[in-house]
Amino acid sequence: MGAPLAKETPLEALTAGKTIPAGWSNAARTDAAKRLAQMGLPTRRDEYWKYTRPDTLTQATPMSAAVFKNDEAPLFGAMDRLKIVFVDGVFDAEASDDLALEGLSIERLATADSDLHWARDLYGVLEANGQTPVERPLAALNSAYATDGLLIHVTGKPSKPISIIYTHNSETSDAILHHLIKLDKGAELTLLENGPAAARFNKVMEVEVADDANFHHVRAQGRDHERRAATHIFARLGNGSEFRSFTLTVNGMLTRNECIIELTGDNASATVAGACVGDGDFHHDDTIFVTHDAVNCESRQVFKKVLRNGATGVFQGKILVKKDAQKTDGYQISQALLLDEDSQFLAKPELEIYADDVACSHGSTSGAIDEEALFYLRARGITKAEATDLLTLSFLAEAVEEIGTEVLRDEINARLGSWLERRSS
Amino acid sequence: MLSIKNLHVKLEEEDKQILKGVDLKVEAGKVHAIMGPNGSGKSTLSYVLSGKGGYEVTEGSATLEGNDLLGMEPEERAAAGLFLAFQYPVEIPGVGNMTFLRTAVNAQRKARGEDEMSAAEFLKVIRAKAKDLKIDADMLKRPVNMGFSGGEKKRNEILQMAMLEPKMCILDETDSGLDVDAMKLVAEGVNALRTEGRGFLVITHYQRLLDHIKPDVVHIMADGRIVKTGGPDLALEVENNGYADILAEVA
Repeated sequence: MGAPLAKETPLEALTAGKTIPAGWSNAARTDAAKRLAQMGLPTRRDEYWKYTRPDTLTQATPMSAAVFKNDEAPLFGAMDRLKIVFVDGVFDAEASDDLALEGLSIERLATADSDLHWARDLYGVLEANGQTPVERPLAALNSAYATDGLLIHVTGKPSKPISIIYTHNSETSDAILHHLIKLDKGAELTLLENGPAAARFNKVMEVEVADDANFHHVRAQGRDHERRAATHIFARLGNGSEFRSFTLTVNGMLTRNECIIELTGDNASATVAGACVGDGDFHHDDTIFVTHDAVNCESRQVFKKVLRNGATGVFQGKILVKKDAQKTDGYQISQALLLDEDSQFLAKPELEIYADDVACSHGSTSGAIDEEALFYLRARGITKAEATDLLTLSFLAEAVEEIGTEVLRDEINARLGSWLERRSS
Repeated sequence: MLSIKNLHVKLEEEDKQILKGVDLKVEAGKVHAIMGPNGSGKSTLSYVLSGKGGYEVTEGSATLEGNDLLGMEPEERAAAGLFLAFQYPVEIPGVGNMTFLRTAVNAQRKARGEDEMSAAEFLKVIRAKAKDLKIDADMLKRPVNMGFSGGEKKRNEILQMAMLEPKMCILDETDSGLDVDAMKLVAEGVNALRTEGRGFLVITHYQRLLDHIKPDVVHIMADGRIVKTGGPDLALEVENNGYADILAEVA
């Protein structure tokens, strides 16, 4: 009889069978694995996981998730865009467009060769930077073990958006994708993401926005209700640059979207917004951290959640204004519309300000539907269900307004409308 | 058209009787006005008829063309042909005025088992009606009542009335907050809708609206009851002598 085997730790169980590939990202991935080992996996005891149980995100094998049969017209379907498809986290060349487009270069993390210097200098860097003061172990896990992702280097102003489409075909898929996006000085990119990704999905997106560059991100997390997803966006903004990210979430048993933004150049502006509609066994968590480390920057966090039948919404949003970040204009609002008494909204808005010449405001509310407005609509013959849907759209409008272009706003509104219509029919 | 019998209403939350036996009949093609001092129960009557929550009917009945109104949901009353022009139209951010109107028109048509109005047809009709009320394209596009002036809100109410083509229109203090020009415009809108088959109940505190919307019958309401009914002259009497004389006379 040999010595008894040491009991496997949860982290060992989760990473068993995962390997760090050789090549240009190896050093960064090895560092990330070390960070992860140091931090350990998140638990309920961690301050930033108090409202969201990480168990299903960290257990060795994912909970199975029924495949959602999507019979809806594809989102962004009518738009001219460059489509890139991942099926359960695996790149689908057949379904994707040719990756060539003027003004940018696209490679895949899994196949990019070692002379891709820009990616080597960025991979895991913003993620590592974003680990303080709040630890984000699932992002380190991602950097270490991501199996694929896109490396997008934007040098100009491409004529159309890049559209990442996720498809979920396996009830047990466990996907880890890591996208790197670098925008050179003055470059512009619109990035669209939609579709169910996997039974369990861990995604990191690192975005470097150079001086005067403009990044616009619109994402929809759809009706694949049984998914468990943890996503992170890490962004760093240069002088005069603009970052805009909007997420629409409808359904989902567990979604944790973290967004960590650092404004490092003067006169930069960052907006992160989200609209979510949760019904029943639904848990949605937005965890945002915006750091102002430059002069005369603006940041906005606008989050709206409509919850019913016991759905839970979480918002943890922070604005940190460093000592020299004078003339900062920071805004944060998180609001929940609770359609019944079983649903709950847990909000932790935080401001931490060390500069003395700033304007920062924040607010968080939760409330029931406006009875006056409901009666007004019903008095015009609109049924209670339909009136509730209209008021839901009305409530979410402030977040949807944060989308930078009318075309995309209309697209999101139309989708939101059709989801609501289907729900009530 | 509208028949109210011995209607008693109290507040749901507290033991306060607001309507204490209202009797009223509005015939098709007629305009009835209800005047009365503040707190007499005029607005409560309009809310109870249209189905707003917070009130409890303790006695009496209200029917529209013989159908029991009080047992219906607000949307069913609307589909049955009842329309309330609100004293304080509600602002609804994020919902375009046009979307709202089209949803309402089609919801009523659906409830009545009629075909929905196509987008093109709707656009054609609403443009013509909006023009009559001097409602521009921008007001149609903006979120419902958002950033509208008092007069614009009331004109928007009349536009809704014109689009929904109800059988029975209740106007709750539609003149409040209007200057003379706006009131004329609103009154013209209402007068254009006066037809054989449609009844009106115009609730107002002042006589001035009735200069523009000529009533067939005028009722005075006080302390939850109709205390006096007469012709258009009754409104002038109120204008000249105030409510005190009439109330003293019926007391």
